Amino acid sequence: MGISSIIAVILISLGTFFMAVGSIGLIRLPDFYSRAHAQGKVDTLALILIILGLMVYEGFTLNSVKLLLIVVFVALTNPTGTNALTNAAYRFGLRPWFKRDQRGQKKPGGRK
Amino acid sequence: MKTHRSNPIVSLVSRMVSPFIMMFALYVIFHGHYSPGGGFQGGTLIAAAIILVRLSEGSDTAQLQFSRSWGTPLGSLGVLIYFGTGLAAVFMGGRFLDYAALHLAHHASMSRSYGILLVEIGVGLAVTAILVSIYDNLLEGEADA
Repeated sequence: MGISSIIAVILISLGTFFMAVGSIGLIRLPDFYSRAHAQGKVDTLALILIILGLMVYEGFTLNSVKLLLIVVFVALTNPTGTNALTNAAYRFGLRPWFKRDQRGQKKPGGRK
Repeated sequence: MKTHRSNPIVSLVSRMVSPFIMMFALYVIFHGHYSPGGGFQGGTLIAAAIILVRLSEGSDTAQLQFSRSWGTPLGSLGVLIYFGTGLAAVFMGGRFLDYAALHLAHHASMSRSYGILLVEIGVGLAVTAILVSIYDNLLEGEADA
């Protein structure tokens, strides 16, 4: 087991950890905006780490260049998609969740 | 859409990414004999790139990139390329889509490769044009209602 395999295992483990954090955030967080916050940032980082790990494992070949392109385009498009989703929800009139809403009549889902 | 307000981030990124999707689509079309892919998949990717710009910039601005009126002619041209390749093989003494009869290269295998490429280009053109015009027709229905 060479040094590149060790680095690859560390990177892929970190990526899996961040992906698990993002999934827990998707389940546990209260409203749409915070869920999009969890998914948009943490999942991008997780995907980048996993693919970087695969690149280190593969070595300097054509396949790792293709993986690098995947990293670049995921880093461009994933946050943009999250931005478009949350922007559309904000324009539609979805209110963000506040903690004081729990004491009032509003449900913690925070619909409109 | 009347209520369309452009989001600068989305519009910038989709204008930036759209040519790369098209380049990947060309790779999928031209590399279709050796790897997964082909005319249909590549044409769908080109249509996705065009529809992405239509979604982000609004359909009226995106007419500059791919006009609404190009759909039917380009789709017909794609079908014409497909059947033209097939019928050219018939006229040159082979069967329908018998690429070896076209004599595009010295070897029969290379001739088949080029013939398949021609057919794939036709399929890709037709799929691109028809998918984009399906999207445009859906939007026209919305504008009328």
